[in-house]
Amino acid sequence: MIERIKIWGARSTRWGILGILTFFFAFPFVWMLITTFKQTSDLYDLKHNPFLFYEWPTFEHIHRLFYETLYGQWLINTAFVGVLVVLITLVLAVPAGYALTRLTGNWGAKLGIGIFLTYLVPPTLLFIPLSRVVVNLHLDDSLWSLVLIYPTFTVPFSAWLMMGFFKAIPKDVEEAAMIDGCSRLGAFVKVVVPISLSGILTVAIFSFTLVMQEFVYAVTFISSVRNMTVGVGVPTFLVHGDVYFWGSLMAGCFIASVPIAILYNFFVDRFIAGFTMGAVK
Amino acid sequence: MATVETREIRKFFGDIAAVNGINLLTRDGEFLVLLGPSGCGKSTLLRMIAGFEKPTDGELLIGGTVVNDLPPRARKIAMVFQSYALYPHMTVFKNIAFPLKAQRMSKALIPQKVDWAASLFGIGHLLARKPRELSGGERQRVALARALVREPSVFLLDEPLSNLDAQLRASARDELQQFQRRIGTTTIYVTHDQVEAMGLGDRIVVMKAGTVRQIGTPQEIYAEPADTFVAGFVGSPPMNMVRHRDYTLGFRPENFHPKILNGNTKVVGFRFSVTRVEYLGADRLIYGTLIGDFSDQKVIARLPATVTVKIEPATSYDFTVPESELKFFDTATELRIAPRPV
Amino acid sequence: MKSPVPIAPAAQSSVAEQKRGFAILDSERWLGPLLIGPAVIYIFLLVGVPFFMALYYSVSNTTTGGGTMGFVGLRNFTAVIGTPKFQTALKNTIVFGLISQAVILVLSNALALALQHEFPGRRLIRFLILLPWVAPISIGTIAWLWIFDSTYSVLNWMLRLAGLIHGQGYMWLGLPHLAMGSVIAVHVWRQLPLATVILLAGHSSIPQDIHDAAAVDGAGFWRHFFQITLPLILPISLVALLFGLIFTFTDMVIIYNLTRGGPFDTTQVLASLAFYTGIAGGDLAEGAAIALFLFPLLLAVALGFLIIAHRSEVT
Repeated sequence: MIERIKIWGARSTRWGILGILTFFFAFPFVWMLITTFKQTSDLYDLKHNPFLFYEWPTFEHIHRLFYETLYGQWLINTAFVGVLVVLITLVLAVPAGYALTRLTGNWGAKLGIGIFLTYLVPPTLLFIPLSRVVVNLHLDDSLWSLVLIYPTFTVPFSAWLMMGFFKAIPKDVEEAAMIDGCSRLGAFVKVVVPISLSGILTVAIFSFTLVMQEFVYAVTFISSVRNMTVGVGVPTFLVHGDVYFWGSLMAGCFIASVPIAILYNFFVDRFIAGFTMGAVK
Repeated sequence: MATVETREIRKFFGDIAAVNGINLLTRDGEFLVLLGPSGCGKSTLLRMIAGFEKPTDGELLIGGTVVNDLPPRARKIAMVFQSYALYPHMTVFKNIAFPLKAQRMSKALIPQKVDWAASLFGIGHLLARKPRELSGGERQRVALARALVREPSVFLLDEPLSNLDAQLRASARDELQQFQRRIGTTTIYVTHDQVEAMGLGDRIVVMKAGTVRQIGTPQEIYAEPADTFVAGFVGSPPMNMVRHRDYTLGFRPENFHPKILNGNTKVVGFRFSVTRVEYLGADRLIYGTLIGDFSDQKVIARLPATVTVKIEPATSYDFTVPESELKFFDTATELRIAPRPV
Repeated sequence: MKSPVPIAPAAQSSVAEQKRGFAILDSERWLGPLLIGPAVIYIFLLVGVPFFMALYYSVSNTTTGGGTMGFVGLRNFTAVIGTPKFQTALKNTIVFGLISQAVILVLSNALALALQHEFPGRRLIRFLILLPWVAPISIGTIAWLWIFDSTYSVLNWMLRLAGLIHGQGYMWLGLPHLAMGSVIAVHVWRQLPLATVILLAGHSSIPQDIHDAAAVDGAGFWRHFFQITLPLILPISLVALLFGLIFTFTDMVIIYNLTRGGPFDTTQVLASLAFYTGIAGGDLAEGAAIALFLFPLLLAVALGFLIIAHRSEVT
């Protein structure tokens, strides 16, 4: 009997924890969604239950977002920067991660930790000198400044992740490729890279989300509204208006966050595997 | 076809000598087995022949040419790994075709060659599968086919049977040998399993601590071991070693028999106190200690099941060894020495 | 099987013929630096050099206008340290970091335990939990800004519904202590997902045998947790903790979007103060000096990483 109470207690504690915390995590997104489709008069009536629709749902906010603001442009800007940064990151980080795991022996492991530590030097420390660098290169207020600077944080982290993935590939397979007629480099390009494809994809997705997350550099380097990324445009430009268009604002937030989160969700297991394998073998 | 030769080859990892001055010369088309306990340097030697490790010192020749500075792919060798090292992202067909593509064989010829190699090992029906969809035995065949398809001049095999279960291992051993005889390619095979070595090798190279202890045919290694290490390592149960005066006396368990069985040959007698008897079906193993002159030294006797003499634990018997089957070793150097009166 | 195996005569061709021109493609000594070189050069130019520029700025009198680059010694530091603004920011940085990490450590462990076993809906819950981590943080904060809105706060509405408050409701971002609490809550919201998935990975790396053995040995839930589970996931929890500390110490987005440092600079942290001074205020030198105060904190965290990495290599 006591055992049953214990089990029942453990189960309800578990669901209690899950319920409360899941609510805490997901609530802002639910709230975004509700706000997005509410008519303005409904939204601002204090007598209404904020979770219910007293008037018909509307696409008015989404319409305004795309036709009266530069939101669409910001999405394009973000995708532009994101794709280029991902490409640069892969070109730099995949070979580096491989060299650190396989080709450099003992000092490679140390250099690997060193590269990873640069990831810990935060934008808030570097944005001041980097703003100077960007001005000197005449890249200020240009998306190219972000393309240039963003790999500073995507490359160290991606190299670290790739190290985790490469460590998991048996050496035998590479040696077999070398016996079968590949050079040392050929074994990497023709065998290791194809095997690690899902790891590489994970790194690409992850780098892309990092680009979407970035705020400090974007707000420092970019001044004209046209050139903003979505992460900066929404909070600075949409909020800075005299009137807060909460409906459009929340629509902008929802569109910029949930689709990428769904994509990310497919890769999260591999991401964690690579992440922890690099950290504690 | 080609021979492999090593001249005073050495490999140091830091201060530790993994391979310490080995001289070997294979015969053309020979099946040579490198046998030794783990850490004896046999794998390092194989990896040097393959080109994964650079010798610290000495020369390595394949087909009469020094290949010390050649990368693996330029050595005209093929290798089968313990893990098989199949390319997990490619089908069996692509796995086998990979070496051909790497040497830029014309596209039209490749399917023909792959089919030929696959049919040799009876895996023609598996060509469309991925390695993870294969059983252990099938993987091993794919690995062999991939190694064979480019017709290498030397085959290297690194414990290719150790991932198979016991039953499969016996039949795979048989196939491997038949196949090697047919293609007649010089083969170097690394193993720590003496049964495998005895069964497969034309000659066996017994290694310990980075050096060669003996090279010879399986019969030579078994019957005339060069030192106590070889004598103890080859054979199961191993050769009995008995200290006597300033030398060590060795004899195989199967030559250690009750006195009544060794009728009219010249024999040496021992008093044998039996502690335990093990029935193994075809054989009986008798454990015990020698008493008298050879006090308290443990030995084992092996009697075929056809010998029905009654042997009981906790009893002493008179056992003998034919004089011709006694091997003598120097106790200090452990090397074989000439027979002497016991 | 097929009778005599044909051996192509080509196999006989001399090994020596192929000896030419492999050097770099095959030499690990050259390939290593070659593959890692571009990344190292890039990081050196755009992280290493700027880092030293920051060091230099902090002892100069540089401004955004270009200005002079005179050497002023430690004047920027001494000028900054004395101000109440800076002292509040330093205190807030540490308080935010420690409180949010303490909360995260407890909650992430509880969540990881609750999520450890497979049950229907687990994947969905994990997806929902991950949302705050994946969503761009500046955008997530805007949602909180709306939740904390002075007039239309849905939070106040819910509290009112539960009967916890009456009338007007709280000005979540308008009062110093409430604002700090709100900021910490958003930090927790943002970082708990990563800590949870890391711990979850740690939990699933413990072999089931060990749990079974503990159960057979008669350990109850708490004994099991504190004496078996916790010690085994300690290294990986440290990784999560160090990441969390770095993210909180260096983050300015939440402050920037939620409170802009207010009310009356009571929620300013070093990172946001550096931004307002250096970029918005145009005083690069003083901004760099403020940002550099982060560095000892980060260095301590980095050392923690090195020690963990070292230990896990030894064991």
